[in-house]
Amino acid sequence: MLHHDRVESDPVRDTQINFAYLDERTKRMIRRAILKAVAIPGYQVPFGSREMPLPYGWGTGGIQVTASIIGCTDVLKVIDQGSDDTVNAVNIRRFFQRTTGVEVTTDTSAASIIQTRHRIPETPLRDGQVIVYQVPVPEPMQHLEPREEETRKLHALQEYGLMHVNLFEDLAHFGHITSTYDYPVLVNGRYIMSPSPIPKFDNPKMNLNPALQLFGAGREKRIYAVPPYTTVESLGFDDHPFEVQRWQSACELCGSKVSFLDEVIMDDQGKKMFVCSDSDYCSKRQVKP
Amino acid sequence: MTGFETQQPLMRVQGLSCAYGARTVVRDISFDLWPGEVLAIVGESGSGKTTLLHAVAARHTPNAGQVYFDLRDQGLQEIYGMSEAQRRMLARTDWGFVHQNAADGLRMNVSAGANVSERLMALGQRHYGQLRAKAMDWLERVEIERNRIDDRPNTFSGGMRQRLQIARNLITQPRLVFMDEPTSGLDVSVQAKLLDMMRTLTRQMNLAAIIVTHDLAVARLLAQRMMVMQNGQAVEMGLTDQVLDDPQHPYTQLLVSSVLQP
Repeated sequence: MLHHDRVESDPVRDTQINFAYLDERTKRMIRRAILKAVAIPGYQVPFGSREMPLPYGWGTGGIQVTASIIGCTDVLKVIDQGSDDTVNAVNIRRFFQRTTGVEVTTDTSAASIIQTRHRIPETPLRDGQVIVYQVPVPEPMQHLEPREEETRKLHALQEYGLMHVNLFEDLAHFGHITSTYDYPVLVNGRYIMSPSPIPKFDNPKMNLNPALQLFGAGREKRIYAVPPYTTVESLGFDDHPFEVQRWQSACELCGSKVSFLDEVIMDDQGKKMFVCSDSDYCSKRQVKP
Repeated sequence: MTGFETQQPLMRVQGLSCAYGARTVVRDISFDLWPGEVLAIVGESGSGKTTLLHAVAARHTPNAGQVYFDLRDQGLQEIYGMSEAQRRMLARTDWGFVHQNAADGLRMNVSAGANVSERLMALGQRHYGQLRAKAMDWLERVEIERNRIDDRPNTFSGGMRQRLQIARNLITQPRLVFMDEPTSGLDVSVQAKLLDMMRTLTRQMNLAAIIVTHDLAVARLLAQRMMVMQNGQAVEMGLTDQVLDDPQHPYTQLLVSSVLQP
């Protein structure tokens, strides 16, 4: 949990750095890419990704998107695997506190921008919110067709047989679809998109979501988007439709039976417990009777 | 039931020329291919036969000339005049392409079943049970054991890979298959089995084929008609038996007399 009473640890705005770190021309360039991405839901727009003061794989794409859209009245929430207090989330939040001085929060409903790594919050998003995903591999067909020239052509001509080859393989070898995260989706009935490594449990939340969903891949230099209220359909076969994972147990802290649960090892004897991966959702439920 | 009685050719090639830079490798080739007909293109290495095959299969844009194909709903259409989307659609439904090296035509890292049913999935078939049943049926038709359906092609022998490649191409019931040296690289007994299978399949499906080969025996066994190429030109064309038994052009005479008799 993030403790706001530890005021001394909150970084103060560093006025030597331009607002949100990037220079204004870079932010404009990224906003143009975002506008194009919103106009063509699910299409990967190339952009001139910048060096950021943290390594690729730590969310440089998401940070550049957030930096380009954030204003001084925004309220920012940053999560990593659903939690507000893991290393990646804490570092990115501190980065934006130092470079923008905006208000930060752990409360999903209070945030205007939510930057996320690998989860969509359990609390439903609302109109006007923006969720920014950090994306490692934007191309959903990459491991079956390594040539980018070819995958771009496949997208352009809507030749998506390849995606089902992948699911077919799972069924042939395991009898069920084994992909549990980064599960491919069809956006607005047109483009196949990688939803970033969120668990497939979260895929249904993307469909007709009131919030604007932006995706940034820093190393791969791609931005894509799902505008509010856009259809997002997870792929499947007629006789093996898309399904989300279910748990036998409830969260042992808040008792939720509908949230995404993490399995936590408690001691050397192998004692385990299941807890919500969304820390904000879980703690709010614990406060309420 | 060979379809020769129809009035319309399946494919018409007119004045086709291809060049790589200043070097012309295919010069002014014209021919008609009829439904169900097997045409062999023979000639020595470098005579332009593979380039010609790629040009008529919409894989290499020619410098001059036209290639017409009889579309199921629109009649003869120039293939390079179509949109790329249409051309690619045609290539994965009504056409097949069998590569010399099976690894070029297969996905080596996915199972035989997925390889065979990929074209159907690309056409939008989304019922796993039916896809698998069709894949199983086709594996049987090309004499691959049913229990190999979940194995990857890199565990298959050369002959099996070639047969798998054929099944993958024929599952959409195409009307024309292009084959680039389909039997070279296989030993003679496997070659014989493959040729026998291809002959059966082309007859059963009334399938037309253009086969590029340097092996006159393959042409003799499979093709009704053959074209002899030298330096990018078609020096002789006619019924296979006629050309092989009574060659007219000096180059064809040389080619026929060069075949070793065991």
